[in-house]
Amino acid sequence: MENRNVLLEVKDLKTYFVGRHETVKAVNGVSFTLYEGDSFGLVGESGCGKSQTLRSILGLLKQPGRIVGGQILFRGQDLVGMSPRQMREIRGAQIAQIFQEPMTALNPVLPIRKQIYEAFERDGLSKAEREAKSVEMMKLVGIPEPEKRLGEYPHQFSGGMRQRAMIAIALAEHPALLLADEPTTALDVTIQDQILTLIEQLKGEMGMSLIMVTHNLGVIAQMCNRVAVMYAGRIVEMTDTVTLFSKPRHPYTKALMNSIPNGKQDQLETISGTPPNLSMEIVGCPFAPRCKYAEGECFTTLPELREIEAGHLTRCHRFDVVERFAGLIPVEEVVHG
Amino acid sequence: MSNVNLKAHMERRAKDPSVRIPDWARRPTFIVASVIVAVFFLISLFPGLFAHGDPLEINVAQALQGPSRVHFFGTDDYGRDIYTRVIYGARIDLEMGVLGVIVPFAIGTVLGLLAGYYGGLLDNVVMRIIDVLMAFPFTILVIVIMAILGPGIQNVFIALWLVGWMSYTRLVRGEVLRLKDVEFIQAARVEGFTDRRILLRHLLPNVISSSIVYGASDIVMTMLTGASMSFLGLGVQIPSPEWGAILNEGRAFISYAWWITFFPGLFLAICGVGFSLLGDCLTDILRRKGR
Amino acid sequence: MERLNYCVRRVLQIIPVLFVISVVIFFLMRFIGGDPAVMVLGDKATSEAIAAFHQRAGLDDPLPIQYVRYMRDILHGDLGTSLSVRRPVAELVAARFPVTVKLTVLSAFLSILISLPLGYLAGKYKDRPADQGIRALALVFIAMPSFWVGLLLMMLFGVRLGWLPAGGWDSTNFWTQCKSLLLPALTHSLSLIALLMRDLRNSVVDISRMDYVDFARSKGIPESEVKGRHIFRNALISYVTLLSIRIAYMLGGSVITESVFALPGIGKLMIDSIFGRDYAVVQSLVLIFAAMVMVINLLTDILYSFLDPRVSYHE
Repeated sequence: MENRNVLLEVKDLKTYFVGRHETVKAVNGVSFTLYEGDSFGLVGESGCGKSQTLRSILGLLKQPGRIVGGQILFRGQDLVGMSPRQMREIRGAQIAQIFQEPMTALNPVLPIRKQIYEAFERDGLSKAEREAKSVEMMKLVGIPEPEKRLGEYPHQFSGGMRQRAMIAIALAEHPALLLADEPTTALDVTIQDQILTLIEQLKGEMGMSLIMVTHNLGVIAQMCNRVAVMYAGRIVEMTDTVTLFSKPRHPYTKALMNSIPNGKQDQLETISGTPPNLSMEIVGCPFAPRCKYAEGECFTTLPELREIEAGHLTRCHRFDVVERFAGLIPVEEVVHG
Repeated sequence: MSNVNLKAHMERRAKDPSVRIPDWARRPTFIVASVIVAVFFLISLFPGLFAHGDPLEINVAQALQGPSRVHFFGTDDYGRDIYTRVIYGARIDLEMGVLGVIVPFAIGTVLGLLAGYYGGLLDNVVMRIIDVLMAFPFTILVIVIMAILGPGIQNVFIALWLVGWMSYTRLVRGEVLRLKDVEFIQAARVEGFTDRRILLRHLLPNVISSSIVYGASDIVMTMLTGASMSFLGLGVQIPSPEWGAILNEGRAFISYAWWITFFPGLFLAICGVGFSLLGDCLTDILRRKGR
Repeated sequence: MERLNYCVRRVLQIIPVLFVISVVIFFLMRFIGGDPAVMVLGDKATSEAIAAFHQRAGLDDPLPIQYVRYMRDILHGDLGTSLSVRRPVAELVAARFPVTVKLTVLSAFLSILISLPLGYLAGKYKDRPADQGIRALALVFIAMPSFWVGLLLMMLFGVRLGWLPAGGWDSTNFWTQCKSLLLPALTHSLSLIALLMRDLRNSVVDISRMDYVDFARSKGIPESEVKGRHIFRNALISYVTLLSIRIAYMLGGSVITESVFALPGIGKLMIDSIFGRDYAVVQSLVLIFAAMVMVINLLTDILYSFLDPRVSYHE
């Protein structure tokens, strides 16, 4: 596995929101490697920094967020500190991003045609070529009557069709990497599955890699082969998907697993407490206050992210204790549960 | 949600949790705004504290003098002290701003609540009246009413009241229509609460904030409209002191006695800035509470 | 097609409102106007002369009949006769109407010229010194009474510096007209500038936060296009709407501005007629103001339906 080409390497990424009175450390030293063809999942509760990690890659942070440290190497090129001109060459052409809510991610007052044409802008195509390519993309994502629908506005599309249109626009330039930020959260359950299947299928057809941000472990199980669990701006556990579901070694991951139904629990667990305030200095393990295994050093020292088995990293002082209690959940049950 | 839970939830919403230590109260804009407004209230309540003379005292020997140590803001063509007149004029202008908004605010809010909640004939009549009145530019409407009623300060108030309520009615009615179908109001109806209770305890607290925000900015506009009526000669009558009226008297002398027009207008502007700033702070607070 | 239907429906909605307005104005003016015969013939007129005048002018007829006659005259372009200057009202209004229109147009132009760059700048540099300065400016502009600003400008540029006429109307040619209108228009547009700046600033701030801006950026288009096609264009929707609504308000303000600068427009005519108790003129002007507001509102709605495709044509 390790002999495949590295596509993207994030090294010690730090993204802070620097306000006048406080600084929110949304992403606090995140590192991971994405190989070509991989589907990498970033999972965690809202506010854990997963979306900000994703937004950092293309430099699409909202004010006042900015990358204060680390590197994002895409094919060996550091995206951090790249000039706007160089960044534009990457955006869309190499790396594309789709968003959670297609209603707000598509400009409401421009017809879809204008929005998809923008993706072809750098190619210097004639109008006919742009039109042909647009129609082709719309067909590819499964939008019927593409010629007619290109002239319509986002509000004239259903939720699922809007998401398909957004995917068509994002993939118009056949990027090598697709960043998906909760692409199905805003959709009905039945539509969710269609969209995930579509992404999966397009990924195969176009030979793309994928980074998927979600709070939904089911989506991870269905879509990703490697996964990182994030908590309070840091990765707390990272491994391949099968291992994560069968042998979680971080108490937070375990708690997340137990909070989704799989048919074997008597009762669903909820994680008590709330995530820490990321504008405060955190001493010890950020999860310790909510962790039922926490003791002693958990409250004083931040655990390192260490490799406990080949390809399995966890950030926990007491991972060996956690292991003993870990229930084995076959990954299929999560998908279909 | 169980009934008990729902009830508790609704009570909480209706009462609004009390604000903790107010962070906004320490902001410089708030302090500046409240100082300005407080000073103007003081002036209008106790003008005697700020000026010792008589605003109506005529002294032809002292006519049209520029600002000096004796006459801070100079004198007018009758030798009346502009400073004293401006100080004594504050009350009417503040009254126009404050009463000119509070009365329409109350009338408009009640009408909006009733029209939105009950709909039907009442709603129709109210909205048609508004349709007709909204067809006039605000100032024209006030002027026409003044033309019908005749000049005078009481009539300025009546004109401001007759015209001002519409915006509040439209705002509140819109909010009521939006909230009427929201879960917790529906639930309150199912619970069998009386209309009065639903209107006052559940709807009013939730619809009032947009009116308050509008009202805060409306004070400035109403005050300026009132003052402009006097400026046009339709409001306060000579020789009573009022900022717009003093400005009007000074018009004839602008080429050689700038002070007659300058100072009353300056007071009007500063007072307006104070109320505007206060309104902005209020908007900020309400918006933050709403989140 | 849907849009055409919508426009037709909106035009038809105006008619009943205008009808009600004309009825209201007609009756109000009959009750407050005093006896026109006394005004025309003077206080010393004999009762026979007054009765004869009533007979001739049809003032003895029942009010509804008088109203129908009044409306019929209006529809024929006859707005009655001014009792103070003894000329047809239509003629008076026609002579003064262009001044008010020119004042409004120049004011709107100045408002756009100033508010568009400043509002956009403030939104772009949110919470930075430029934004804070522009917001403070807007605050002061809104709080300043226009008649005061007008007098100050007149004092400074008209009297002290002598650069521009200190009021009055010089209709000789385009340039003299512009010179006569510059100070009034500046005065007139002050609050509109403030409102438009604020609105544009807030729209730019809100829209910059939208995901569709980030999505546009993620396509790799130049930043200038992100700003122009997505942020600025969308912010203009509410800007243009506010502008056209406010132009209707500005017509009302013309009473004050024209009165300060002694401009012979319909606003000044209105005030003069009120003081001259010339109710035939007041009555016509009120109707004209209402009609103008309604036409502007109609145009605003139609314009909006072009700017924002989300507009619903139903209701």
